[in-house]
Amino acid sequence: MMRSISWKRHLTGYAFISPFVIGFLVFTAIPIVVSLYLSFTSYDLFSAPKWIGLDNYDRMFNKDPKYWNSLRVTLIYVFGGVPLRLAFALMIAMLLNAKARGIGLYRTIYYLPSIIGGSVAVSIMWRNLFNDEGLVNMALNALGIGSVRWFGEPLAALWMLIFLSVWQFGSSMLIFLAGLKNIPASLHEAAEVDGANAVQRFFRITIPMLTPIILFNLIMQIISAFLTFIPAYIISKGEGGPLDGTMLYSLYLFRRAFVFTDMGYAAAMAWIMLLIVAVVSSVLFASSKFWVHYESKGGE
Amino acid sequence: MRSKSLKSFLYYAIVTVLALIMIYPVLWLFMSSFKPSDTIFVTSDRLIPSPWIWDNYKIGWEGIGENSFGVFIKNTLVIVVLSTFGAVLSSAFVAFGFARLKFFGSTFWFAMMMMVLMLPSDVTLIPQYIIFSKLHWLSSIKPIVIPQYFGVPFFVFLIIQFIRTIPYDMDEAATIDGCGKFRLFFRIILPMVAPALATASIFSFYWRWEDLLGPVLYLNKPSMYTVSMALKMYLDSETVSNWGAMFAMSVVSLVPVLAVFFMFQRYIVEGISTSGLKG
Repeated sequence: MMRSISWKRHLTGYAFISPFVIGFLVFTAIPIVVSLYLSFTSYDLFSAPKWIGLDNYDRMFNKDPKYWNSLRVTLIYVFGGVPLRLAFALMIAMLLNAKARGIGLYRTIYYLPSIIGGSVAVSIMWRNLFNDEGLVNMALNALGIGSVRWFGEPLAALWMLIFLSVWQFGSSMLIFLAGLKNIPASLHEAAEVDGANAVQRFFRITIPMLTPIILFNLIMQIISAFLTFIPAYIISKGEGGPLDGTMLYSLYLFRRAFVFTDMGYAAAMAWIMLLIVAVVSSVLFASSKFWVHYESKGGE
Repeated sequence: MRSKSLKSFLYYAIVTVLALIMIYPVLWLFMSSFKPSDTIFVTSDRLIPSPWIWDNYKIGWEGIGENSFGVFIKNTLVIVVLSTFGAVLSSAFVAFGFARLKFFGSTFWFAMMMMVLMLPSDVTLIPQYIIFSKLHWLSSIKPIVIPQYFGVPFFVFLIIQFIRTIPYDMDEAATIDGCGKFRLFFRIILPMVAPALATASIFSFYWRWEDLLGPVLYLNKPSMYTVSMALKMYLDSETVSNWGAMFAMSVVSLVPVLAVFFMFQRYIVEGISTSGLKG
């Protein structure tokens, strides 16, 4: 009797996740295994892959300064951009969570930059804003800071990319907004009756109730920041300049794969990237025990 | 009363000023679409076009070859609507399994799903292309649409996190009432995560709308082209890049995405789920 019930439980679980399991086995599993195999080969897309053992990894770690540069640039991009972007997204989401007239219009305006996304039009516009005589430098001059050569200095160019990512905070904002809406209004009402002020309610109710969503945004933003490709590609016209200042990991990987047709090396880079992101996310998942508050303990 | 109206004035002042900064570049894009192609960059520091012209829209709408821009919009809509429907429904289904059911191997499959998210797609591109060619799916929308029906990891994880904010009492009450897992999912959990579903729909719609890689790889007849491909063609195909038409059609292609956002953001705002939790 007990056995049959537990069988049924496992089967029900698999029934629900079956779309993913089937899709994974059919569309994704083989390509993933193939890419792992390719990372141990020399492969130029035209002739058959040749097994070279760990040579790609050896070259990457010991003989390729461009690799280390791309990793460094990416780390600055991730750890400079993600906190800024999330702080901004949460702040605006809190502002827009109010019941005010015309709020739908404001939400749309704040979301708008995120839906013009990675188009050619955006790259042209952004390059114009940050031109030597562009609007940003005009504003900086007016503040007495002086112009910055956004396209001349590698680090300035990287920050220009980071600002672009912060400006497009719409997706995280939307998720925060949905999360805020999921907090039962009764909790706030009860706390207000008990005499809690707005600041107390923010730290004692809003933030704890939002932690599952914060965890989600944090992990997803870190992953997507590590994999960022399109903004770097369109802003630097695929070159990663100046002086490789915007040569993000994914851009370098892309160039290795499709410009130099060095597919084996690119596959090796992809797997090291996977390891780095996996370690960072695992640390976050492990830490979530201490700071993420779930109303339900998953599936007990 | 006085302090309340001051507060509301301050609120609108802050929200409006920030909104203006946010929207300036978009406004620039919009205004540029009314400038003659050859003056867009010369006058990039001025917002208001002079002269104000509509030609860019006329030329842009004519499209490429025999296909007007309307054809590209229709092609894209078909892909986007079919994809979004499949992506949101299948992801919610999978998410419920991970969030609420305990079964052998669930941790393993969750880890696999996260792995899919973390691997740069450049290296799986070619093997995947070969699989689709073996399935005889090339030069159709199948390679773009069908995989969406097998759960999209980003949405699955998103919906999992929302389901986990719902108290477990709801499930217990339903189970006591004799509700099976499938009915529990459709009747109780699904309506409660409506804000997450609306969010996922908005993202899915937009991502498919702007996707360039899928269409470039799998759609090889001009009559099948999508909006994102057409926009790129304005810059590639002609001897002189047609900036004006590209800007104008960029603006046009924002309209459906904005409309969907405006429609679905109501579900995020109204937060259907909260009513279920009261009392």
